[in-house]
Amino acid sequence: MTLFAFLILFAAVVIGYILNLRAARAIRAGGTKLHSLDGFHGGFSALVTLVPTFFFIILWLMLQGTVIESMIKAGLPDGTLDGLGTGQVQLIMSEIRSIAGGRIFGTPEEWKLEAAERLVSLRSTSSLLLVVLTIALTAGLILLTRKTVRAEFRARQGVERIVLGLMVGCATVAIFVTIGIVGSLVFETYRFFEMVPFTDFLFGTSWEPQIPLREDQIAAKGAFGMLPVFLGTMVIATVAMVIAVPIGLFSAIYLHEFASPRIRAVIKPVLEILAGVPTVVYGFFAILVIAPAIRSFGTDLGLPIAPNTALAAGLVMGIMLVPFISSFADDALAAVPRSLRDGSLALGATQAETISKVLFPAAIPGIVGGILLAVSRAIGETMIVVMAAGLIAKMTINPLDSVTTVTVQIVTLLIGDTAFDSPKTLAAFALGMVLFVMTLIINIFALRIVRKYREIYD
Amino acid sequence: MTDQTSSGSFDWTAPEFAARLNKRKRSQIALKLAGLAAITIAFGMLFLLVASLISTGRHAFTQTFVQIEVFLDPAHIDSNDPARGNYRQVLTDTMVKLFPDVADDRAELRRLTTILSNGAQFSIRDSVVADPALIGQTVAVRVPVSDPYDQLNKGLIDRETPEANRRLKDDEIANFDLLKELGMVSKPLNRWLITNADSRFPELAGLKGAIIGSFYALMTCFLLAFPIGIGAAIYLEEFAPKSRVSDLIEININNLAAVPSVVFGLLALAVFLGWFGMPRSAPFVGGMTLALMTLPTIIIATRAALKAVPPSIREAALGVGASKHQVVFGHVLPLAMPGILTGTIIGLAQALGETAPLLLIGMNAFITSAPATPFDSSTALPTQIFIWADSPERGFVSRTSAAILVLLTFLIFMNAIAIFLRNKFERKW
Repeated sequence: MTLFAFLILFAAVVIGYILNLRAARAIRAGGTKLHSLDGFHGGFSALVTLVPTFFFIILWLMLQGTVIESMIKAGLPDGTLDGLGTGQVQLIMSEIRSIAGGRIFGTPEEWKLEAAERLVSLRSTSSLLLVVLTIALTAGLILLTRKTVRAEFRARQGVERIVLGLMVGCATVAIFVTIGIVGSLVFETYRFFEMVPFTDFLFGTSWEPQIPLREDQIAAKGAFGMLPVFLGTMVIATVAMVIAVPIGLFSAIYLHEFASPRIRAVIKPVLEILAGVPTVVYGFFAILVIAPAIRSFGTDLGLPIAPNTALAAGLVMGIMLVPFISSFADDALAAVPRSLRDGSLALGATQAETISKVLFPAAIPGIVGGILLAVSRAIGETMIVVMAAGLIAKMTINPLDSVTTVTVQIVTLLIGDTAFDSPKTLAAFALGMVLFVMTLIINIFALRIVRKYREIYD
Repeated sequence: MTDQTSSGSFDWTAPEFAARLNKRKRSQIALKLAGLAAITIAFGMLFLLVASLISTGRHAFTQTFVQIEVFLDPAHIDSNDPARGNYRQVLTDTMVKLFPDVADDRAELRRLTTILSNGAQFSIRDSVVADPALIGQTVAVRVPVSDPYDQLNKGLIDRETPEANRRLKDDEIANFDLLKELGMVSKPLNRWLITNADSRFPELAGLKGAIIGSFYALMTCFLLAFPIGIGAAIYLEEFAPKSRVSDLIEININNLAAVPSVVFGLLALAVFLGWFGMPRSAPFVGGMTLALMTLPTIIIATRAALKAVPPSIREAALGVGASKHQVVFGHVLPLAMPGILTGTIIGLAQALGETAPLLLIGMNAFITSAPATPFDSSTALPTQIFIWADSPERGFVSRTSAAILVLLTFLIFMNAIAIFLRNKFERKW
């Protein structure tokens, strides 16, 4: 039925377009000069029909589920949902839904069957109503716009105003996404801090989010101190940067200064491949190859290395960041004016001296900006650490040990859990907030450095 | 030169100058070598990555099968209700016929039937349900062998390992070798890797659900991000007045491009699933989340492409009386389209490999059928890789690598299209 509504909309748009187009042609054939071209009269009708009806259908589809659900809940026998948690209510509702879908398991209670029947009838009423309203709305709009076709009607301006409005709407989507991110994070984090004190979260040194979900369950009491998680993130990011910065910088220097254009044309795209590999692939690479290699190397040296050592995740993450840093450094080196380089070479400095004493210092702000952006990526990187790093938070800075990160905790706390009322799931949003704020600050700082430096030579 | 050395105070040929020059040359060479070493390490890692994936993944592109003659015994299968027949017993009887000497040892018999994949009984059931006339006949069927024997046939289980450390014992290997001598074992190309959906058993697990799920998600992402991205970019580049608001939008877009992907997952979980009550694990919701992440990429690429169209085009169109909108939509946008498409495809390729936000909206569920619509539960390629990488069975290691190779093939294909578009249609003005 939903598809049917969209088909009606499509047909209405075409009909409106053709009607107005022919009407405009008829006026023109009568010898009158129109203000706008015929096509704009048609387009005006099409747009005026399309835009409101489309949003009407979308809005209807978004709201019908919630409305029907609350009607079903209100229609249940009195007292059935009293004193039940959100999880149990959701369970009952999903059972009713699956009965309505024809999948009956066991023998459900009579009231559930009744509710399912009502759900089916409500759903069909809703989609019927949607189609009827769509027809009424499009017909009304077609008639309304059909009346506008007159010689002096400014159809082009009308079309352009609507298109401009749509484009402004598109541009504000970006703002709404940001508002959505900040809003949802702040809202859920606020609920988290209602359960767990703010200072415990920020300065606590123990992270044990496995709290009992039922009264009789045996589990740790639960502690939400983010310091060990934060520390683990820093350990892995540091390992990654120790790998990525020298490799990235030296390869950028080589590409910029020593490589012939032909070699450069080969090496650069191959390096870019490293940036295009999905992170889940790097994660698998870390557990398949790197972690066993590091472990056997450690056993040879007699070092105690944890199975999911921070070294493996950090090393692979470093490889991932190499092209990132190298392309930033390359750009920064290329942005240094040629006169500086030529001047240095003319004085008899070798290429190495020119780079280390002239180009590099001049390019340092750009390079630092690039490195900072890489750090923010390392902190926010998820899949490599989810697969290759540990789950247990420890207060350690030993990269041979197993550590956990902010992103690992977010993912493990939220996988397979939808109830938003335990501190365990809400803690993930608090960690997400920390992550968002941290990366945002680093990014703003880095972009400012890069921009400021560009202005010096522009 | 001789003049200088005699008249100046420096003796350029003195050994200390030669030594200093050598030192400078050495540091030049050292820097060059360091650069070469860095590139070699990066290349070596890439090579190691691809080599390890191919060396483990290639095994999953073939699958060991065994050809057996199954007697569909009416005693075990009721012709009125063929779906409920005891197909396990049917298969056991088949094995008894092949190995008559173990018929009375039930434990031995059970071990013997583990040669066949656990899914074999279901595939026989399906063919009987489709054609109940088969009951009572003997049919030749080719069924996959279970994972350990598959590994054995591919040479991944070392027969030299002491029996205690080996997954298959000597007698089990002997049984399998007997089947092999009888010519019943084959190893065809594993097209089931693409045509099967996920399964608990590695020998039956395939990528169909994941590929279709990824396709639906990418389509949703494209249908949302492409028009919205182009609309936003045209407005910002061509129409927006220099104001606070348009500055704010610009800063916003640049920052969104750098927000960690897992945060988009949190947004989707809280807003799409939590507030709007959209279904969990649905590719449609995944596509919406990916669209939010792809949007900045498309906007930035579109703006660059629009900027590259020279002002003379605009001025010429304006000069002959086109309105601002007609200039943009009739002239600038078509000329910028190749650049926009290139940026879009690259953005979609990134979205195809994105995992973390899909995990948070539950696209890592275990689902054994391909989604029929974008609103059904499903996995996506990267999340399927994550699930398989987490599975303890040995057979999933090669499946994971194979799935990664499939994913990388798609990515290479998409990037190749982007490069082709750029080379073919990009104009230098």
